[in-house]
Amino acid sequence: MIAVLVVAIGVLYGCGVYLILQRNLTRIIIGLAVIAHGANLLLLVAGGRAGAPPIAGTDAAAFADPLPQALALTAIVITFGVTAYLLAIAYRSWLLTSSDIVEDDIEDRRIAAHLNSPPGEGGERR
Amino acid sequence: MILVFVVHAVVALVCLIGGERLGRRVLLVGAIAPASIAFAFWQLATSDADALTATVSWLPALGLELDFRFDGFSVLMAGLIGVVGVLVFLYSWSYFAERTGLARFAAILVVFAGSMFGIVTADNLLLLVVFWELTSITSYLLIGFQDDSAIARASALQALLVTTIGGLAMLAGVVLLGSAAGTYSLSGVLAAPPSGTASGVGLALVLVGAVTKSAQVPFHFWLPGAMAAPTPVSTYLHSATMVKAGIYVVARFAPVFAVLVAWWRPTIVLMGLATMLLGGWRALAQSDLKLLLAHGTVSQLGFMMVLVGWGTPEMTYAGMAMLVAHGLFKGALFMIAGAVEHHAHTRDLRRLSGVARELPWALWMSVVAVAAMAGVPPFLGYATKEFALGGLVADTPWQVTATVVVGSMLTVAYGLRFLWGTFATKPGVAPVPEQHGHRSTVGLLIPVAVLTVGSVIGGVVVGLPDALVAAAARSVDALSSGFQLALWHGFGPPVVLSVVALLGGWLLWKWPLPVLRRFTSRTPEATRVYGDSLIGLNRAADRVVSTMQSGSLPVYLSVIVTVAVVAPGVLMVRHWRSLPEIAFAESPLQMVAVLVVVAAAVAVTLVRRRLAAVLCLGAIGYGVAVLFIIQGAPDLALTQLLVETLALAFFVMVLSRLPLRFEVFPDAGGQAIRVVVASVVGLATMAFALWAASERTAPSLAAEFIARAEPEGGGRNVVNVILTDFRALDTLGEITVLVVAALGALALIRAPMPTEDPDPSEVGT
Repeated sequence: MIAVLVVAIGVLYGCGVYLILQRNLTRIIIGLAVIAHGANLLLLVAGGRAGAPPIAGTDAAAFADPLPQALALTAIVITFGVTAYLLAIAYRSWLLTSSDIVEDDIEDRRIAAHLNSPPGEGGERR
Repeated sequence: MILVFVVHAVVALVCLIGGERLGRRVLLVGAIAPASIAFAFWQLATSDADALTATVSWLPALGLELDFRFDGFSVLMAGLIGVVGVLVFLYSWSYFAERTGLARFAAILVVFAGSMFGIVTADNLLLLVVFWELTSITSYLLIGFQDDSAIARASALQALLVTTIGGLAMLAGVVLLGSAAGTYSLSGVLAAPPSGTASGVGLALVLVGAVTKSAQVPFHFWLPGAMAAPTPVSTYLHSATMVKAGIYVVARFAPVFAVLVAWWRPTIVLMGLATMLLGGWRALAQSDLKLLLAHGTVSQLGFMMVLVGWGTPEMTYAGMAMLVAHGLFKGALFMIAGAVEHHAHTRDLRRLSGVARELPWALWMSVVAVAAMAGVPPFLGYATKEFALGGLVADTPWQVTATVVVGSMLTVAYGLRFLWGTFATKPGVAPVPEQHGHRSTVGLLIPVAVLTVGSVIGGVVVGLPDALVAAAARSVDALSSGFQLALWHGFGPPVVLSVVALLGGWLLWKWPLPVLRRFTSRTPEATRVYGDSLIGLNRAADRVVSTMQSGSLPVYLSVIVTVAVVAPGVLMVRHWRSLPEIAFAESPLQMVAVLVVVAAAVAVTLVRRRLAAVLCLGAIGYGVAVLFIIQGAPDLALTQLLVETLALAFFVMVLSRLPLRFEVFPDAGGQAIRVVVASVVGLATMAFALWAASERTAPSLAAEFIARAEPEGGGRNVVNVILTDFRALDTLGEITVLVVAALGALALIRAPMPTEDPDPSEVGT
């Protein structure tokens, strides 16, 4: 286990989570990308120590585990697709609202406000 | 026996599909279903056995079989279901005018009859619960038949809530009981009753189901509420069949568990007596005929609960007899109430007057039914009540007997109130107008006549019902043979008690009613408790929703992230092993790359300019690519470099349209929480990374993949072979995701601005 890699993973996750808890849509998207980097690293590190590239015909005993690499490869590409899509959403949202702030859900707010309505109404609602 | 179910299913379908074309005749078609129960009788009668059994394989791997058993007790119950069922269908035929929805009504009633037959024949406890809940649901649909009435809907919901909550408790109880006994077979559990805490709790839960269904205190209120149903439904479900399902279950269990379980008798007897008294008391105060009868039914159910719940052979015998007698007289009374309402257009006994002149036959049949209910010779009700009193005197403490006698006085009193209220000519009340051009009520009274004649014959030729009751009692409790119903048991305590009850009841009825009503109105109403608890439930739900759903995305994400940390974190702490050996770094280059990554990650959280944030993100990506190379994953590094470059281009393209800096959202206090949550997640992930490496128990699949890559995949790069051969389908899925994402992104960017038809409320928010 390599200490610096563990530190890198932790920092990536921490910073990513900090970003997705923001209100700016673009910062949230960047946060997701940061977390994705951390996740890929985590996959690889969980697979074991570093080794030679897994190319058949070379010394098999020195290979790094190829399975986590294959999984991480898929993850990288999927993350790319998701990021591109989210960016398109951010762009569209900006075009429509001139803001990339994530507002509170109005419907949820309304339910919360319902509690403050005069007593007696709560029971009649179906 | 299985055929009976098939017939019910087919008839229900026929009613549903062909119903609107058949019109009112659909109710006659429906009558075929309960009539088909006769087939089971015939089958049993032609076989030598005491009981028929049938099994249909359902889920044999899970031990779920459709086990049916048709024994003496089932015969008694199925007789009620079949006979009253046919009569109710005939009655409905006269009761309903031509109207839409009759097909639905008939179909549901048929399904109900089938489910009820299922309850009394199921020999698998789980199967019993299934039928049990089916009767609750059909009852809900039938009570709410007049779905344009808010009262009907609310009453239906109330009945459904009460009986299904009981049903769910029963399901839990059945599971506990079944797993304690090692079998879900009803006869198996009764043959080898389990003991211990689990089975005790299970038994209590089953009882909860039984008492809710049979409307015992404190769950009695749904039954009078259910009177919003059409009268045929009240007759069938709420006096003759469904409400007796609870009695049925208790009667099955009592002979075994009343002796084994210490709390059984006190619980059931106290509850039953309370129900008997409260029901009778309330019945006295009612001025609606159906409500009066409904409260009376509650009272009688309490009485039957005491009888069958006590668990001694004689009391069981008495309970069985009461089941029959009650089905006959109460069914008749409900039908009469319906006929009177049909004739006079009111059920209010303060407005009815002079009905005796108009409907003399109804009067005489009511007199018989009420006399049977009150226990006047020579009707079946008298024979059973004498027997029951004899059993009470012999087997129970005197307090129980005394309470039952008081309850019987109330029965006599509300019986008289029913008679007087329905038929008497009251001074100061205008007699009901004579009905002209009105469909005759004769059709309504024919089924009543059948039930009344049954009460009379059953009393005079008491051997007929006795054979039925004897077989029923024997199949529940083998010791209960040797008893006999008789019209005259000789002079003894039962006769004295009967006379006391009759006289006392007459006096109670004579009691000035206003005084009585003032008393009854002071007793607290269970309905109000129900209503309040419903309102409370809604309030609580509102509170939970408004707490859980604040509408703020950061809050939701914080909750999700915290759970994602805490749940595996607990497992990690509990299963912590010693850490693997830790090296600081594998090469200086790795240290440099990590430094870059960490620095860039910290920077990306701090910068306020969008472009700077994107560049930091790119730095992270390239740093990670370097780490991939060091880790021995050149393919990963290559992909990462390409993807990162493309992603950077996208980010720059999109963000160049947005303002230079992030907008600042004013929310104080959130910052600290964000930092804390983020730090906790970071630390937990580090712990997880360490833990994951130390937890590996199975050898990697790597050797397998490496060995097969060249011969089977034809490639030397193992990672590529895995992606394109071994996990090819997965890769195909990945490509699909990319295509969908690309199309989606394209559509979002290309979509025209909604400039035409500008709606400020949509665009501006």
